[in-house]
Amino acid sequence: MIKNAFIFITLILMSLLLLPLATDIKPMDSFNSLAERYMKEGPKEVGSANPVTSVVVTYRGFDTLGEVTVLFTAFMGVGLLLRRKEDEEMIVEAEKREGSEILQTASNFITPLLFIFGIYVFVHGHLSAGGGFQGGVIIASAILLGVLSRTSYKINDNLVLFVDSFAGLMLVILATLGVILAGGFMDNRYIGLGEYGKLFSAGAIPFIYSFIGIKVGSMLTGILKNMSQG
Amino acid sequence: MVIISIIGIMLVLIGLWGTLTQKNLIKIVVGFAILDTGVNIIMVSVGFIKVNANHVGEALSKHAVVGGEADPVPSALVLTAIVVGLAVTALMLSYVIKMYREKSSMNIDDYKELRW
Repeated sequence: MIKNAFIFITLILMSLLLLPLATDIKPMDSFNSLAERYMKEGPKEVGSANPVTSVVVTYRGFDTLGEVTVLFTAFMGVGLLLRRKEDEEMIVEAEKREGSEILQTASNFITPLLFIFGIYVFVHGHLSAGGGFQGGVIIASAILLGVLSRTSYKINDNLVLFVDSFAGLMLVILATLGVILAGGFMDNRYIGLGEYGKLFSAGAIPFIYSFIGIKVGSMLTGILKNMSQG
Repeated sequence: MVIISIIGIMLVLIGLWGTLTQKNLIKIVVGFAILDTGVNIIMVSVGFIKVNANHVGEALSKHAVVGGEADPVPSALVLTAIVVGLAVTALMLSYVIKMYREKSSMNIDDYKELRW
């Protein structure tokens, strides 16, 4: 009873703490100076039609590299936690059940489509809402569908690690090329900016975002592998 | 956008309530995930801007789909926060798997050594 009262008081205090965010903040009617700089100069400097992408990949590209590192740390953490020692006995776990026929047929049908959609999302990251992280998650969801539908579904550990390290290496190389050939780290202008709003535009952003997508997809696949196969 | 921030605040409260009251470990993790989503929605709603398309650069307004009504910086921040939230959720779920292997129980009350 007293515990419930404490929880209730906590929720009331939390809502009082958060309520000013809804009542006191009026929607701004103009961009602040930073956002205005990004919106006005971004299309000319970076050539990306999606301002969020130009912020994530170019202006704050170093933060994105840190973000990939956070994901990698989670991948390593999951692997470390779920590692089994060679001689450790399997604790009696319920026998895994095969997915239903509907799920299996649907996953056969939808897995290639999900892969293509994921690749579409990260290749068009500089044009529309989307990008490497979203595309990578869509690709990992295709793998998750396979894991759920079949007990015999095996994920090749070495392939996942190879693709992950390769994409990470290419990402760092592409980012460092910006230091050598253009203005700074993660600068995308060493490839021509192209026509604004077309697929091959915005310099190196499509390539950088594609490798981010491949890296995120393979890391999430690794997490799924660790969780499903231990 | 007041409505969207209120939805976000409600999600934060629901998530907090879930983590405080639920006994099932998976439900606690789900509560954390809901809390995370609520925080992200609040952050996105703060970046909303009432602005006409002419205000932003000419190049953008020519191609604008929605008239450029959001500050890109909070959106980019939330993009990062979603990925970090995913990483945290994955780590919490693997803790749950590890705990289940130790005691074969999903009830938080069975883990007495976690109390202080």
